[in-house]
Order: sequence, then C-alpha cells, then structure tokens
Amino acid sequence: MTRKKRRLYFVLSGMCVLAIAAALVLTSFEDSLVFFRSPSDLVEKPMPAGRNFRLGGLVEEGSVEKDGVVTRFRVTDLNESVPVTFEGLLPDLFREGQGVVTEGAFTDDGVFVASNVLAKHDENYMPPEVAEALKKSGQWKPEAKN
Amino acid sequence: MAIDLHKYANPKRFLAITAAIYPWSVWLTVLLLVSGLYLSLFVAPPDYQQGDTVRIMFVHVPAAWMALMIYTMMAVSSAVGLIWKHPVADLTAKAAAPIGACFTFLALVTGSLWGQPMWGTFWVWDARLTSMLILFFLYLGYMAVWESFDDPAKAAKAAAILALVGVVNVPIIRFSVDWWNTLHQPASVATMSGPKIHSSILIPLLVMGLAYTAFFVMVLIIRVKAEILQRRLRVLQVSELRER
Repeated sequence: MTRKKRRLYFVLSGMCVLAIAAALVLTSFEDSLVFFRSPSDLVEKPMPAGRNFRLGGLVEEGSVEKDGVVTRFRVTDLNESVPVTFEGLLPDLFREGQGVVTEGAFTDDGVFVASNVLAKHDENYMPPEVAEALKKSGQWKPEAKN
Repeated sequence: MAIDLHKYANPKRFLAITAAIYPWSVWLTVLLLVSGLYLSLFVAPPDYQQGDTVRIMFVHVPAAWMALMIYTMMAVSSAVGLIWKHPVADLTAKAAAPIGACFTFLALVTGSLWGQPMWGTFWVWDARLTSMLILFFLYLGYMAVWESFDDPAKAAKAAAILALVGVVNVPIIRFSVDWWNTLHQPASVATMSGPKIHSSILIPLLVMGLAYTAFFVMVLIIRVKAEILQRRLRVLQVSELRER
C-alpha cells in the first residue's frame, strides 16, 4: 500500500468514525435539541406544573379571546391542543392558524401560562394575489407540519 | 484521478487558468449583483404574510448557502491537501476561509434582523441558529490554526484536520430543521416536493445566489494568487538567507 493510499484510508475511516460518533451524540441528546414540544409530545411525556418549557404548534382557529392585555388561545398540532394564556404584546404575525412557539409553564389546573410568544412562519413564500387565488380555488392548505 | 488533480495542482498552471477566468468572474459578479438586487428590491412582490420584510431573504438565504458551500469546498480541498499533498489545495482552503466566515456572519446578522420583526426575537438557541453559529466559530478556529504555526506545512495539516472534523456540522445545519423542532422554518428551495416559493420570489433569489457565487470565485482567485505569491516570496527569502 502506498503512503497516499494509506492516508486516504486513514482520512476515510476517520470521517466514518466521526459521523457515527456525531449521530450517536445527536440521537442521545434529542430531547434537549428540540426547541419546543408539541401538544402531542405532552400527551406522551406530560410536563409537571411549574416546570418551564416551550410549547409550539398552531394557534387553533376560533380559539383566540382577547381581554385587555391578556390573550387566551389554544395551541394545537391538529391532534391534541393545549389552552394558553399570555399577558403582553403579541408578534405581528400572530393570528389564528399561524405557527407559534410559547415559553412558560403549566399551572395546577392545566393551563399553560406563557411569558413569551414567538411567531413561527412556514416555508411558503408567495405574493398576496397568489395566496388570495389559492384560497378562492380551495387549494389553500394551512401549515401541514410544525 | 490523482494524475489529473496534479495537473491543476501545479501553481503555475493554476495561475494561468484562473487568470483567464478572473475577468469573467468580475463581469458576472457586477452583472448578476446589479440585476439580482434590482429584481429583489423592485421587481419581486411582497410576501402574502411577511410583506416587504421578505426582501431580507434575498440577502440572507444566499449568504447561508455560500457559508455551507464554501465550508464543504474547504473540507474537500483540505482532504486533497492532506492525502495527496497538493500545495494549491491547502492554499485554496486557507484562502476560502475568511470569505466563508464573512458569508456566515452576513447570514447570522441578516437572520437576526429578519427574526426580530417576524418571530419577535433577534436570537433563539434553536438547532438551526446554534449550528450556524458553530459554523462561524469553526471558520474562525480554522483561520486561527493557520496563524498559530510558524511552519506552513504543520499549519496546513492541523488546519485540514480541523476542517474535516468540522464538516460533520454541515449536514447538521442542513437537516436541523427536519430532524428537530426549530423556530426556523424548514427548507423552501431544495425540497423533495420542489420549491415552496412562488417563481416571482424564487427567481430573484436564485439570481442573488449566482451573484454571490460569482463574487466568491472572483475573491477566491485573488486570494489564492496572493497566497501562492506569498509562498514564493518566502522560498526566495529563505534561499537568500542561506546564501549569506
């Protein structure tokens, strides 16, 4: 085996080992790498009241109630949903059907009290006329995945 | 393949070929950047939900593409330099690093400026943003390794190893939005089901991507040439010292 070949195999095997190591680390830290939990995740792994975490999903259609500076709405992933209250200014993109990530904790009665609300937009970009036309022709699909 | 690579690894031939490409890269950069900016700022329509803020995308997304592409290119040249000991490969990786670092910085800053009005925050520690910040530190680390050795051969080897180790971060950045929940939205252009961007917004974006690429080629040629000349100068200085 020439030295060049030896170096080639050395680099290749090094890269393989590195890739396997990275994959193992990333899968074992999966829980801390996710930025938010969805309502379905909470059914699988419930969070105790008072523990801070991020809850993400879509703002359920027809669920937003404003009471002065307090906003009540439900965060859904189209399977499960969680009631949320938030006191403060909402981001401009916040509306029903929009993706959101809220930061806060559950109270004892199962309501998620958010201290912070971030808007999440999807990967679709189009001019307003196209969005209108899609809505009219019934081809509009709300965010399928979040 | 090794023989073919050697042909291009000859610094003299490399300089001759790149000297022929260079003027083209300058004209392409000017042409594409002017038309790309005109299309992005004046022709492209506002987005249905983000309005005019979406125009930040035309600066942000191609910068992020370049950051990943340049790092991948740097890792490949580093591997070629490490395995086949091609002098130009190491110098190309070295010359590309600061350009890649600038594109990464641009992507981070414009992303932050875009995040504030749209998401409601300048920064969050989600997987996409964090892995992109790590990429920026990898570039800086790579540049620092080159500076910390007196012997260029040793520096090239250490820097190449760092570049290769860091390349695991590239797929992590690319797929972070698919593997984990992130605040950053998933990929819009390179998806299995085709681009999720309307053509009136997609075309200016692609023109900007080409403009950035042409700019990269132009600056890279200048920088590699400077590295080759610097190395020649060093050889001359060393031989002069020996003659004394």
